[in-house]
Amino acid sequence: MASVTFKGATRLYPGGTTPAVDKLDLEVADGEFLVLVGPSGCGKSTSLRMLAGLEEVNEGGIYIGDREVTDVPPKDRDIAMVFQNYALYPHMTVAENMGFALKIAGVSKEERAERVLDAAKLLDLEPYLNRKPKALSGGQRQRVAMGRAIVRKPQVFLMDEPLSNLDAKLRVSTRTQIASLQRRLGVTTVYVTHDQVEAMTMGDRVAVLKDGLLQQVDSPRNLYDTPQNVFVAGFIGSPSMNLVQLPIVDGGVQFGDAVLPISREILAKASGSKITVGIRPEKLSVAEHGLVVDVDVVEELGSDGYLYGRAQLDGTEQNVVVRVDAINHPKAGDKIHLISEPNAVHLFDVESGARLN
Amino acid sequence: MPQQLNITAATAEPALLDLPWHLPLEDWPNENIAALPKGLSRHTVRFAHLNDHVIAIKETLFDLAKREYELLRKLEKLDVPCVEPFAIINNRTDADGNELPAVLITRHLKFSLPYRAMWSQGLRDQTAKRLVDALALLLVRLHLIGFFWGDVSLSNTLFRRDAGKFAAYLVDAETGQLYDSRLSNGQRENDLEIARVNIAGELMDLLASGKASDIDPNEISQRIVDKYHELWKELTAVEVFDASERWRISRRVQRLNDLGFDIEELSMVSDEAGHTVKIQPKVVDAGHHARRLLLLTGLDVEENQARRLLNDIDQFKLSHARPGADEEVLAHQWLSEVFEPVVGAVPSKYTGRLEPAELFHEVLEHRWYMSEKHGGDVELIDAVRSYVSDILANRRDEEALISSLTSESIALAEPVPTGLIVVADDDEEGDWRDKV
Repeated sequence: MASVTFKGATRLYPGGTTPAVDKLDLEVADGEFLVLVGPSGCGKSTSLRMLAGLEEVNEGGIYIGDREVTDVPPKDRDIAMVFQNYALYPHMTVAENMGFALKIAGVSKEERAERVLDAAKLLDLEPYLNRKPKALSGGQRQRVAMGRAIVRKPQVFLMDEPLSNLDAKLRVSTRTQIASLQRRLGVTTVYVTHDQVEAMTMGDRVAVLKDGLLQQVDSPRNLYDTPQNVFVAGFIGSPSMNLVQLPIVDGGVQFGDAVLPISREILAKASGSKITVGIRPEKLSVAEHGLVVDVDVVEELGSDGYLYGRAQLDGTEQNVVVRVDAINHPKAGDKIHLISEPNAVHLFDVESGARLN
Repeated sequence: MPQQLNITAATAEPALLDLPWHLPLEDWPNENIAALPKGLSRHTVRFAHLNDHVIAIKETLFDLAKREYELLRKLEKLDVPCVEPFAIINNRTDADGNELPAVLITRHLKFSLPYRAMWSQGLRDQTAKRLVDALALLLVRLHLIGFFWGDVSLSNTLFRRDAGKFAAYLVDAETGQLYDSRLSNGQRENDLEIARVNIAGELMDLLASGKASDIDPNEISQRIVDKYHELWKELTAVEVFDASERWRISRRVQRLNDLGFDIEELSMVSDEAGHTVKIQPKVVDAGHHARRLLLLTGLDVEENQARRLLNDIDQFKLSHARPGADEEVLAHQWLSEVFEPVVGAVPSKYTGRLEPAELFHEVLEHRWYMSEKHGGDVELIDAVRSYVSDILANRRDEEALISSLTSESIALAEPVPTGLIVVADDDEEGDWRDKV
């Protein structure tokens, strides 16, 4: 097992003007589950492929443990791409299906049996080692496929959107299985997804990328509580954080007919006359005063609900989402005032997008 | 037929609407299903009759189906041997209104064989090697156009007979990616490693099934790596030589032609002093012999078949040379006096057994063996008669091969409730360690 380090790693495609991955500095600790997340084209898959040796690194380097692997062929990097192919062989037993790659690699029979048994125990597949794949359930077949990667005992697991070809139900259960299995195995894992919910539920830490640039790498909790810029603030969380630009007034920012108090120190850091204010849907509540919102629809989800509405700011319409009580909530067509919990606002510079508080 | 069924198709085929889309593919009635052999797949894949041809239907997620459909269309335009995408269908629901998976439909490639069908004919080590050679060539061609396959395997390939060898066609592009730029060495090596492991696994499975013996999965799977490198080097390597050795340029061109490639663009650079010349093929195009035969005769065949037919045309030219007769004229004379009579001599009940060009090749082989045996030349017409009655009559149809192999594939992503174990009757007895 080993750590993974990107040191200023850059990938510029031939003929391209902006790098697909731009000077990526990232350290993944030994045994850590790190998720790379971001919208399409952000460089997450390219970063993973650079680590796998599938993409050239034009600048900087990549290390697995202390070993620089920047120019090492993929098969000599001691990594395993999981789920790339999970066709199982119908005439081979589960044990053979898990161990056949070791056979090709010349691993002794005793060691093969030992590694297969270890993996089968971890995956709860021990009772099925003598069975053929067709006797297994869908989830068990998935685990046999994982077992194939596990028996190779790689230093690092790489997973590129491994759940994308599963239906919604199997996706959620496999997500949980992968995360708990990774914790039991303790193998350093780098996982790519475009789905921030997947990222937040699986990763020890999550690295958010956009346009080839690392935006923030942090624990899911910190990403949610203290996003370092407007992009991360808007990307992490479902439904998204409400982000509005509000004029600076004496003692804070104007929020409808109320003032959200902000310290003089922070206001002084803002580059313009406005501040981008972010408030999570669960931190807004209906009040006497505050931002005026026309309610469009309320989604009732059982335990709670989400109110979707519109506010007028500077003559433009702005969508607003609020978490509300499942039963006692405003109705579509109502006009309400919203106010934020104190200390729950995220403040960003309008120009740079950087966090101010 | 639910109203909202959504069909995207390359060609309008009304009969498509008559298929039972409201049933899961697994439950389709036999009258719709064509029992053709297929490779291993993680999805449910079945063949169905549509008018006078056969289509392959794969149940998958809509996004994946759409992506693969578009990718196959691009590959088709780039003239890479692959299956022809036919349609995608989504918004399927069953009679109770439950959602059914989207499907990707491709046309069944006539006269093609999946690798698993080869072993029921008692073919062994040599066949496996030829299949792998064909796959290596396909992989090189895909890499040359910037296609990373991601799941190279015998299962994801179909094979057509090609004058004693095989021609390989890409069947499954689900994991593939087409890049604008050249593939990196890492991507190519990764595809090769995937190929090596998959082929070994597939051959081990064949051994386990008892369908094959006498093959060494390790040796054969390593062969794809060696063959690929050999070919890649020939097609792309830089060659530096003394300015006086310019014959090496035409030798390189000839070597590539022999391998079945034309050079479309060659980079040629001499050093400043003019002492050495550096050449490197920049754009190469497969199908050198096939293109030449097509120009001469209008016959559209596989590369090795073309090579074989061109050789026969060359011999015909030698014996029929006369002043003023150019190559095209003689090639047409060969077509009407040699090729067509041979193909035409086959009774119509046997025409589905082999493609015409492959049949011609086999007749030539047969004549050669007959001549050896008789110790003298055998007339072509006698060779055809003997071939039809002694060999062709005993062969099975390969236009759309019927077999019992369809039940072998397993669908991996099928939503079987976790915890439900169906115990198969053919589970192994004894200790699993003996087989691992």
